[in-house]
Amino acid sequence: MLRLLRRRLLQGVPLILGVIIMNFLLIQAAPGSFLDVMSAESQVSDPAMLEQLRVTYGMDQPVWLQLVKYIWSVARLDFGFSYRQNMPVLDVILASLPATLVLMLASLLIALLLGVTAGVVAAVKVNTIWDNLLSFLAVLFFAAPSFWLGIMLTVLFAVKLGWVPVGGMMSITASNQGIVATVLDVLHHLALPAMALGLFYAAVYARVMRAAMLEVLSLDFIRTARAKGLGRWRVVLAHGLRNALLPIVTLFGLQFGTVLGGSIVVETVFSWPGLGSLMLDSVSSRNYPVVLGVLVFSSIVVILVNIAVDLAYLRLDPRIRAR
Amino acid sequence: MAVATPGLFRRFARNRAALLGLVILVAVIALALAAPTLYPRNPLRIVGPAELWPLQDPRFPLGTDSIGRNIAAIIAHGARATLLIGLFASLTATLIGVTIGSVAAWFGGWVDELLMRFTEMFQVVPGLVFVLTIVSILGGTVQNITIAVGVVSWTGIARLTRAEFLTLRDREFVQACRAMGMPDWRIVLAEVLPNALPPVIVLSSLAVASAILFESAVSFLGLGDPQVASWGRLVGEGRTLIRSSWYISAVPGVAIMLMVLALNLIGDGLNDALNPKLRNR
Amino acid sequence: MAGLDVRGLSVSLFTRGGVLPALSEVSLSVQPGRTLALVGESGCGKSMTALAIMRLLPEPPARIIAGKVMLGDTDLAALPERRMLGVRGKAVSMIFQDPMSSLNPVVPVGQQIMEVLRRHENLSGSAARTRAAELLTLVGIPDAEARLDEYPHRLSGGMCQRVMIAIAIACRPAVLVADEPTTALDVTVQAQILELLKRLQAETGMALLLITHDLGVVAEMADEVAVMYAGRVVEQGPVDAIFAAPLHPYTRGLLGATPSGGTAGRHTRLADIPGSVPSLAELPAGCAFAPRCKLAHAACTAQPPLKAEAPGHLAACFAALGVPAHAA
Ligand SMILES: Nc1ncnc2c1ncn2[C@@H]1O[C@H](COP(=O)(O)OP(=O)(O)OP(=O)(O)O)[C@@H](O)[C@H]1O
Ligand code: SF4
Ligand SMILES: [Mg+2]
Repeated sequence: MLRLLRRRLLQGVPLILGVIIMNFLLIQAAPGSFLDVMSAESQVSDPAMLEQLRVTYGMDQPVWLQLVKYIWSVARLDFGFSYRQNMPVLDVILASLPATLVLMLASLLIALLLGVTAGVVAAVKVNTIWDNLLSFLAVLFFAAPSFWLGIMLTVLFAVKLGWVPVGGMMSITASNQGIVATVLDVLHHLALPAMALGLFYAAVYARVMRAAMLEVLSLDFIRTARAKGLGRWRVVLAHGLRNALLPIVTLFGLQFGTVLGGSIVVETVFSWPGLGSLMLDSVSSRNYPVVLGVLVFSSIVVILVNIAVDLAYLRLDPRIRAR
Repeated sequence: MAVATPGLFRRFARNRAALLGLVILVAVIALALAAPTLYPRNPLRIVGPAELWPLQDPRFPLGTDSIGRNIAAIIAHGARATLLIGLFASLTATLIGVTIGSVAAWFGGWVDELLMRFTEMFQVVPGLVFVLTIVSILGGTVQNITIAVGVVSWTGIARLTRAEFLTLRDREFVQACRAMGMPDWRIVLAEVLPNALPPVIVLSSLAVASAILFESAVSFLGLGDPQVASWGRLVGEGRTLIRSSWYISAVPGVAIMLMVLALNLIGDGLNDALNPKLRNR
Repeated sequence: MAGLDVRGLSVSLFTRGGVLPALSEVSLSVQPGRTLALVGESGCGKSMTALAIMRLLPEPPARIIAGKVMLGDTDLAALPERRMLGVRGKAVSMIFQDPMSSLNPVVPVGQQIMEVLRRHENLSGSAARTRAAELLTLVGIPDAEARLDEYPHRLSGGMCQRVMIAIAIACRPAVLVADEPTTALDVTVQAQILELLKRLQAETGMALLLITHDLGVVAEMADEVAVMYAGRVVEQGPVDAIFAAPLHPYTRGLLGATPSGGTAGRHTRLADIPGSVPSLAELPAGCAFAPRCKLAHAACTAQPPLKAEAPGHLAACFAALGVPAHAA
C-alpha cells in the first residue's frame, strides 16, 4: 500500500512538471509580454515596480533560465503574486478553495446517491418502464448544460417557489447565529448549485452504473447468491453493488477535473465564492498569475485525487491488492 | 472492411433514439444553412421592443431579448457557430488523438511511454480551466476557442486509437503487408488506420457534443467573441432577467440541450451499429 | 429425508424468434442417499433442468410451463418465490461448473459461507463463524480458521469448489444438485472432489443429482443414469443396466457402443456421435434424434414415449421398444 503510494506520487512528479512547462509555454505564447498586459490593465502602473517585476520574473534572462526559475518557484508552492488581491497567488487560491470543495463534494454526493440508485434500479428492472424512464432522464441531464440547468432551477425553486435563495453562500445575518444555524444556512444556499452541478454527473453515473450492474448481474457468483436463498434486492445490494461500484470509483477519479471545471460555471451562476468565481474574475481581468496558478493547482489536485482513488480501489478490489 | 459497410445505416436506424438524434441534427444543420436567408441582417441588431415573450408577436416567434433583438435570429445564426466550433474542435481532437495514439502504438518503446505520459498530462489538466486560460491569454476568438477545446478533448481518442492499433498491429493481414515489403506509412494509412477508425468515430461524434458544451460555457461566461451570435452567450445575457423574462435564458439552453442530446444519441447509435458485439447491452 | 421427484417438467424459452421447447416432459427421481447422473451432449438441457429445479431459470426468456418438482410433499415448481427463498440453499442446494467465478471476488470466503448460515440457520456473528470454520474443515480445507478471511482469487479451483460445497451443505440439504462440479478442475482434484461428495452424501444421506459429461464419473458415482437429448429424457435406468445394455441408439452412441451390446469402456468421455444436436428452433417432428439415427424409420416421425423395457429401465425409442423397422 505504502509502496504503491510512493510509486504513484513519483509518477505524478513528471506530470506536474509537464503541466508547469505547458504553463510556461503559455506565458511565452501570450501576445505581448505578460507585464505589458498587467500594466495595461493598470494592475501595476509604477514603472519602477514594473522593472522590478521584470527582474523577479526573470524577463531579462534567456528563456531556459526563466523556465528553470519558474519550475523552482512552483516547486516551492510559489505561484507568484496577485496585485488584484494584493496577496500571494497561493493564498488567493487557498482562500477560495473551501467553498469550491464544499460545492464539489455536495454535487458528487448527490451524483453518487441519485446516479447509483437510478443505475441499480434501471439494471434490476431492465427493459421495463422504470428502466426506460430513468434512462431517458439520464440522457436528458447528460445533455443539459449545468449553467442553464442552474438558471432553470433558480427560476423554479428560488424565484417562483421561493424555497431557496437565488445565490451566495450564506445570508448576511447568518454569521452571528451560531454554528448550527450557519451550517443550515450554507446548506440552504448549497442546494441549487449542488443540484445544477450534480445532476449531470448523476446522469453519467446512472449510465455507467446500469451497464456495470447488468454486466455483474450476469456473472456466476450472482447465481450462487441466489442459490443460497437470498432475496433479489439482497443479491443486488450485497453482491452486485460492491462489484458494480468499481467502475464508478475509477470514473470518480477521472472526472474530478471535469467536476472542477463544471464548478467554475455553476459558481458564477450562483455567485458562489469559490475557485470558479476567482478564475472567472481573473480571466476577465487578465490576472495571469492567478489564472496560471489555478491551472497548476487544480492539476495537482486532480493528480492527488487520482492517487487517492487508486488507493481506495486497492481496498475495494482484493484482486488488485494481490499484485 | 471500410467504415460504411452495407447495413450499417440499417443497424443504426434500428435504434430509434439514434434516428431521433439524426433528425434533430439534420434540422439544426438546415437551420444553420438557412440562417442567412431567413435572417439576412445582423442577428445582433435591435429589431423590436425588449422582453417580448415567445409567440406574442408573429415576427418574433421566440420573443426578443433584453434589448429587443430577435431571439429566433440569434438561435438560427448561433446554430452556425455552435456547429462549426463543435465540428472543428472535434476534428482537431481527432487529428491530435489519432496521430498521437497511432504513433505511440506503432513505434512502442520509449516513444509510446513518452506520448502516454503526455496524454496523461492532458488528462489531469481540468479541461475548462485550460480553455479559460487560453482564452484569457490569447483572447476569446472563435479560432482560439475551437483549438483550445480540441486540445483538451483528444486524450480519450488517443488512448482508444492506441489500443486499436496494438490489437491490429499483430494481425495476419498487417503481417502479410510487411512480408510483401510495403512501407510502414502505407501499411498504417491504408491498412491499419481504416480498421482502427470505427470506434474512434464514435468518440469523435461524442467529442462534438462535449465541444459544444465547452463552447457554450465559455460564451455563457461572456468570454467568447461578442460579434458572433451564440446560444451560450444568450443564456448568460438572459440571466439578469430571470425574474421577469426567464425565457431569454430558457430558449437557447433548450437549443444547446437538444443539440447535445442529438449528438449523444447519434454517438450511442453509431457505437451499437459499429460494435455489434455490444449491441445487446 | 425427502427425495426429489421431477414429473413432466417442461420449460419454454420465450424468445423474439418464437417459443422454444427447452425442456419437454422431463421426469427424474432421486432417492435420499442415492445419486442420479444426468448425461447428454452439450446443449441438451442438463443445466436447464438443474436451474428449473432450483427455480433459478433466467426469466425471461425461460419459464416453466408444465410439470412438478416434488420435494417430499412440496411442489417447488408451484411455490411462490417468497417461499422458494426458504428452500434454496436450505432444502435444495446447488454447485456449479466453474468454482472460481461462482464465488464473489470481493468478499472473503468465510463471509460467503456465513451468509447462508445467517440466512437459514439464524446463526449470528461468532456462532456463524465457528460453524463456517467447521464446514471448511468438513470439506477438507486445512487451517480453516485462517482461510475464512481469504479471498477467492487466493484459492485454487479445487479449494474454491470445496468452499462452494461447504456453502451448499451448510444447512444439510435434502438434495444437492451438482452441475458438472469437476469439469473445470485438474484430474487429481476431480477425484478428490468426487470423493468428498461421496463422503458427505454418506454422512448426511442427501440425494445427489449429478450432471456430468464424464462416463468415468458416472461409473464411479451414480446409482442411476438419465440420458437427455434435445430437452427430453430419452433413457433412464440403473447404472449397470445402462452400461451393460443401453437401449436408446443415442445412449449407445454416447457410450461408443455397438447396437449388439457391450460398451467401449467406462473410463472415457462421452463418444462423439456423427451429426450435430439440432437447434431448439428446428427440432424435427417426432423423435429429435432421427436425423442422426441409423435405425430411424417411418414410425419415428411420431414422438416415441418413454416406456419401461425392463423394470426400472426406460427408453424413448421405437426401435428399442421393439417396433420393427418394417412396421410402419
Ligand atoms: N437465452 C436463450 N435463448 C435461446 N436458447 C437458449 C437460451 N438459454 C439457453 N438456451 C438453449 O437451451 C438449451 C439447453 O442448454 P443447457 O445449458 O441446459 O445445456 P447443457 O446440457 O447444460 O449443456 P452443457 O453440457 O454445455 O452445459 C441449449 O440448446 C441452449 O442453446
Ligand atoms: S425413435 Fe427412431 S429415430 Fe428415434 S432413436 Fe429410436 S429408432 Fe432412432
Ligand atoms: Mg450445462
